[in-house]
Amino acid sequence: MGLKTPLYDSHVKLGAKIVDFGGWDMPLHYGSQIDEHHAVRKDAGMFDVSHMCIVDLTGDRVREFLRYLLANDVGRLKTIGKALYSCMLLPNGGVIDDLIVYFMSQTWFRLVVNAGTRDKDLVWIRKEAVQFGVNAVERKELAMIAVQGPNARRKAANLLYPEQQAAVLELKSFCGTSFGSWFIARTGYTGEDGFEIMLPATDAADCWQRLLAQEVQPAGLGARDTLRLEAGMNLYGNDMDENYHPLESGLEWTVAFDPAERDFVGRAALERAQREGGKELVGLLLEERGVLRSHQKVQLNEAASNDLTGEVTSGTFSPTLNRSIALARLPKTLEHSVLVDIRGKLHAARIVKPPFVRHGKPLIDIRKES
Amino acid sequence: MSNNIPADLKYTKSHEWVRQTQNGALEIGITDHAQSALGDLVFVEVPDVGRALAAGETCAVVESVKAASDVYCPLAGKVVANNVALSSKPELLNEDPYGAGWLFRLEADASADMKSLMSPALYRTFLAEESK
Repeated sequence: MGLKTPLYDSHVKLGAKIVDFGGWDMPLHYGSQIDEHHAVRKDAGMFDVSHMCIVDLTGDRVREFLRYLLANDVGRLKTIGKALYSCMLLPNGGVIDDLIVYFMSQTWFRLVVNAGTRDKDLVWIRKEAVQFGVNAVERKELAMIAVQGPNARRKAANLLYPEQQAAVLELKSFCGTSFGSWFIARTGYTGEDGFEIMLPATDAADCWQRLLAQEVQPAGLGARDTLRLEAGMNLYGNDMDENYHPLESGLEWTVAFDPAERDFVGRAALERAQREGGKELVGLLLEERGVLRSHQKVQLNEAASNDLTGEVTSGTFSPTLNRSIALARLPKTLEHSVLVDIRGKLHAARIVKPPFVRHGKPLIDIRKES
Repeated sequence: MSNNIPADLKYTKSHEWVRQTQNGALEIGITDHAQSALGDLVFVEVPDVGRALAAGETCAVVESVKAASDVYCPLAGKVVANNVALSSKPELLNEDPYGAGWLFRLEADASADMKSLMSPALYRTFLAEESK
C-alpha cells in the first residue's frame, strides 16, 4: 500500500487504474489515456497532482536566498503572484530538481517540487537556508489539482464567486492569486492554457466533484506524460538528473547568467561547461511505425562509434501527431536525422526542435522531408 | 480489470485466444485481460499471409502507449489471413478483442495439438493465480 492523496477515493470511484508512482498510489488512466489526452488538447481535463510537494519559504532574506539557491533569477519576479520555472543545482551543475517558484509576498515564496525528490530537496533547501535565516515548511495539508485545456479556465472559474472569477480570468500566464487558503495560478505541464489550484486537502474531493459537474475530464499520469512530452517539457529523472547539467538537458533558457555578479549554486560549473560544449537534448520524430521509448540507443550514423551515440531520455506515441516522438541526449551535431535502435532494428528519426504541439496545434510537419 | 473470457475459445498462458472457425481455420487474437493490461494500443504488426509458424514462435507485435509486447503463435501452422484493419485502427483491439480485434487466421499443422491449450475455466484460474 502506497501513499494516498486526498483524491484517492475519488479516483477509485471513477474506475481509475491505480499504479505506484514514486511510492504514491496514483491514477494511470480512467479508461483510455488517449481519450484523456485529446480531452485536454480540445476541451478541458483535470489531474490530481497532490503528490507534488509544496514548500513555503519565509524570512526577511528569502529573495536573497532564492537568488543564491536557484539557477533562474528570482529577481525577475516583480509583482506578487508571479511564477518562475527554475532548476536547483548542485555545485557541480547537476540538477537536484526542477521546480516552480511563486512570489507570494516580500517575505514569503512558495516552491512546488517533484514528488519523488521531496526528501532530498527539503534536506538541501534547509541546509542552504540556515545562513539566510529562512524557514522552509512543507504544506502537507494542501492538495493540488491541475485543470488544463482550451476551456479549462472558463470551467474552473465557474466554481468561484463572481468577483473571484473576474480576478482569475484576468490572470496573465505564469501568474497566480490567493483566495484565503486557496491559491490559483495560470501554470501547467501540458502545453495548454489552464490553472493549477492549490487548496486545503479537506476541500479537494468537493472541488474535484464540482469540476466533474462542469464536464472536466479526469486525466491520469499516462495522459500527463504524453501531453508534457508533446509540449517539449522535461520530466525529472528521465530528461535530467544529478548526472547532467541544464545545458545538456535543453534547459539553458532557464539559467540566468545575467546579471554577472549574481552568485548561484552551480554557476562556476555551468560557465565551465559553456566553454567546453558537450551533449545536448533534442527532439526526435520517428519517420516510421513504432514507438520510441526511454533508454533506446541513438546513433548519428550507420557505423556509429561510441562518441557518436546517445540515448532516448523520454519517448512515447504522440496522440496529436499520430507518430512517435522523443527527447534524446546526443553529442552536438549538425545532422538532421539519426538512427534509433528499437528492439534490435535501426529506425530513422528526424531531429526536431521541441515543442511538438502547443495550444492544440502541431508545430512539427510530420510529412517526410525530401 | 477487464476479465471477459468467452466460453467457446481456448487460451494460452501468454494471453492469446484461439477460435475454431467453421471452415477449419483457427482464428487467433489476444485476450481482454491482455488488452486491458497493455492500455491504448497504437501499433499492431500482424504476420504475413503464407508464413509458416512454429508453436510458441513470435508472430505479431502489439504496442501500446505504455509498452511493446510480443504475441506468440499458440499452435504450429500456416497463416491464411491477417487483420489488415488493425494497421490503421489499432484501437479495434481494445474495443473488441474477441471480434474485430482478431490478429490472424492459421491453418494448423496435422501435428498441432488443441489439447495443449487452456479451457476458459483453466485460463480464469491461471489469471487469478497470476494476479496474486
